[in-house]
Amino acid sequence: MSGEGVDTSKRRFLTAAATVVGGIGAVYVAVPFVSSMMPSERAKAAGAPVEADISKLEPGQMLRFKWRGKPVWVVKRTDEMLAALPTLNSRLRDPDSEEPQQPEYARNVNRSIKPDILVLVGICTHLGCSPSFVPEAMPQPYDAEWKGGFFCPCHGSRFDLAGRVYTGVPAPLNLEVPPHKYISDTLILIGEDKGAA
Amino acid sequence: MGMLISLRDWIDARFPMTKMWEEHLSKYYAPKNFNFWYFFGSLALLVLVIQIVTGIFLTMNYKPDADLAFASVEYIMRDVNWGWLIRYMHSTGASAFFIVVYLHMFRGLLYGSYKGPRELIWIFGMLIYLCLMAEAFFGYLLPWGQMSYWGAQVIISLFGAIPVVGDDLALWIRGDFVISDATLNRFFAFHVIAVPLVLLILVVLHILALHEVGSNNPDGVEIKKNKDENGIPVDGIPFHPYYSVKDIVGVVVFLMVFSIVVFFVPDGGGYFLEKPNFEPADPLKTPEHIAPVWYFTPYYAILRAVTIDIGPLSAKFLGVILMGAAVVILFFLPWLDKSEVKSIRYRGPIYKTMLTLFVLAFFMLGYLGTQPPTGVKTMLAQLGTVIYFAFFLLMPWYTKIDKTKPVPERVTFK
Repeated sequence: MSGEGVDTSKRRFLTAAATVVGGIGAVYVAVPFVSSMMPSERAKAAGAPVEADISKLEPGQMLRFKWRGKPVWVVKRTDEMLAALPTLNSRLRDPDSEEPQQPEYARNVNRSIKPDILVLVGICTHLGCSPSFVPEAMPQPYDAEWKGGFFCPCHGSRFDLAGRVYTGVPAPLNLEVPPHKYISDTLILIGEDKGAA
Repeated sequence: MGMLISLRDWIDARFPMTKMWEEHLSKYYAPKNFNFWYFFGSLALLVLVIQIVTGIFLTMNYKPDADLAFASVEYIMRDVNWGWLIRYMHSTGASAFFIVVYLHMFRGLLYGSYKGPRELIWIFGMLIYLCLMAEAFFGYLLPWGQMSYWGAQVIISLFGAIPVVGDDLALWIRGDFVISDATLNRFFAFHVIAVPLVLLILVVLHILALHEVGSNNPDGVEIKKNKDENGIPVDGIPFHPYYSVKDIVGVVVFLMVFSIVVFFVPDGGGYFLEKPNFEPADPLKTPEHIAPVWYFTPYYAILRAVTIDIGPLSAKFLGVILMGAAVVILFFLPWLDKSEVKSIRYRGPIYKTMLTLFVLAFFMLGYLGTQPPTGVKTMLAQLGTVIYFAFFLLMPWYTKIDKTKPVPERVTFK
């Protein structure tokens, strides 16, 4: 084929136009495929609140519940544990809970509704492991002045007994306090707080 | 015989069979001075075949369902005829793949095989390495053990560290708010279809690019510079039968070692199959000590080495960035190395020292990644990370000032 009589600028325009239109079409076709990988309607509906019965919880102990597939901890803290919390402030990243990691009603010294009962999502804010509960105030390999708290075995993040993160560890934020409310003195509803204080 | 020849001619008239055979095997001239380090390319190909074949047979009995997966693996191990053998070949094959590929990559570092004109071979190779890591990661979730679950939890959360889009990206990868059946099912799809397809294409590209420019060798001499009157490199020998037969020796030795592991230490002492993975996944409880499989531990140690925030960037995000950079920086190796010579044989003392330090740091990081992160170990991981990056980032400088030796005209035998 010779180039004679060929309008190259027209040909270039048509090639470009076809490429653009085809490209836009390809992007639209990608939408259903990409979107199909997002949580399904069934997965979205599965987030119902759960009831946590704490009538058998003794001081210094912890209970685990499952909410939205995640561990939720309920810890009953002793008076010594609560007394130790303010002494740690200088070693914590966010001692006054300024980051929105808790509902307003838990934004206090103990990060809880009732002073002794702590409710936390048991997922490290670093990379999603579930930290271990290490309540005893005794020297640990990772902290000689350990006052009790949570230690993440994955990457060594440490939290105190209010779920507040220490400085010098990879986790950036305090542990999350989930929305919750008391149905009675010994029954907590995790995942819903409407009508709560 | 006459019939076979006419069949060959019949095919050759319709498909370039003989042409391809000659181009890639019987008339592909490889340098005659290949040594021990040159076994690992063909061994990688062998392991790829083992993984594909055993993988196909595993899918016949495996169930990608959060309620059934763990039990179906136990079923394969106990009730399927020879199921234990097929599964152990696959799990050992995964570690063998990384051992072979790491040695293959180290060969590249020793003899400068990534340097021009072989930059694209190196890049295709690195993409293969990335695919392998993805393949290993997706595959590790499938048994649905404790380590499967929490390992995936950690790695997916890495994406959550990316500012702005991170959380949505992690959600998109999981397909749920936590790792669940949806995640397992899609990881199965990636592991058995998507990644292997890409991997196979990349292997073809890697070999095509290699055969276009020709193989490097322990002397780093271009054999194509010295050709005889027929245009054949004087220092070259046809890949088939010379290296195809030589490689069989490597294959036999490899299969001996492979069989010893499969039959006598299939869990690799807890390194190939980690002990917590013999427990079904429990979303409420992280294992006491969580570590990735050995081939990821150097990068895992780098991730954990960052413990301080820099300005608005959190330690978490910086750790993720550094871990990613540790892999990405390998892609740039051909342009970081400014040395005149390719092979370690003619490089100066600085490069030799740096390479030794790099290998030591890589092993140290690999060890530290399996250990709990406590004070001294975190500091050692930080030291290892500095050495790891110094090897690459200082390379443009130290390869330039290093005293090299003159490179011979022809290949040598040592």
